[in-house]
Amino acid sequence: MKMRVIVTLKPGVLDPQGEAVRHALGSLGFEGVNKVRQGKMIELDLAETDPTRAEEQARAMCEKLLANTVIESYVLEPLEG
Amino acid sequence: MKVAVITFPGSNCDRDLAVAFGQAGAEVVRVWHKDTELPAGTDVVGLPGGFSYGDYLRCGAIAARSPIGTAIAAHAKAGGYVLGICNGFQVLLEMGLLPGALLRNAGLKFLCKPVTLNVASTDSAFTSGYAAGAQIRIPIAHHDGNFTADADTVARLQGDGRVAFTYAQNPNGSDGDIAGILSENRRVLGMMPHPERAMEAAHGSADGRALFASLIGAFVPG
Repeated sequence: MKMRVIVTLKPGVLDPQGEAVRHALGSLGFEGVNKVRQGKMIELDLAETDPTRAEEQARAMCEKLLANTVIESYVLEPLEG
Repeated sequence: MKVAVITFPGSNCDRDLAVAFGQAGAEVVRVWHKDTELPAGTDVVGLPGGFSYGDYLRCGAIAARSPIGTAIAAHAKAGGYVLGICNGFQVLLEMGLLPGALLRNAGLKFLCKPVTLNVASTDSAFTSGYAAGAQIRIPIAHHDGNFTADADTVARLQGDGRVAFTYAQNPNGSDGDIAGILSENRRVLGMMPHPERAMEAAHGSADGRALFASLIGAFVPG
């Protein structure tokens, strides 16, 4: 089954890239953007078909490689199909 | 004494690092990332600057989990010396051999210029060749050198004298102006500036020599 992994900087960690995007949005006339946080999305196509085991696998992958848990947090979303 | 300089795909300071160690009198062995063991008798591992694995995922993340990575971690955990410069510092953080992380520079620009560093601790084999409080000129060349760690970790690094170098003028937003840090046993040094690019007058500065000389000197009996 497929899993989607969303990796973002933890709330307390400054995000200079998000801040630059926020400034760019402001200069394009988009007002009222209080904050921008940038992250990355990773899709995993796993051989595992059991949702619980697939999530366990994806979680282990996040802890070991996909996220740097010193500065990043992650969420897992099972995908249909 | 023997130094193993590691080359990852995308490393580009590996030769310079090997030359710097060689000039200081070390026997240098070049090691490929797919090797699973360090050469017998390795005293120091050198992790060079560059863009290992194209900086994919996060700087240093893939290199930290490469085949040679396990051997490097075992070497460090057994009390061996490791010097990680620039991308090498990023690899050490990703391996968990040093605390904290390196974020994109606060100004978002790739910075490539000589900077002035304060030698914040002379209590290590890497920094004992400098005078306490010395200022040295060493080039930086990085996009992701913005050192960050939680406040407790930064305070502990500072309190334990594990900050090896600080920037005289913070170029990248690093917490505590930190440019380089030591492990608890003071045998692993990670730093963003490039001492191997400051080895002779023609480089614009020879202030990097003392780092390699004192490290090699630590292995001379007597």
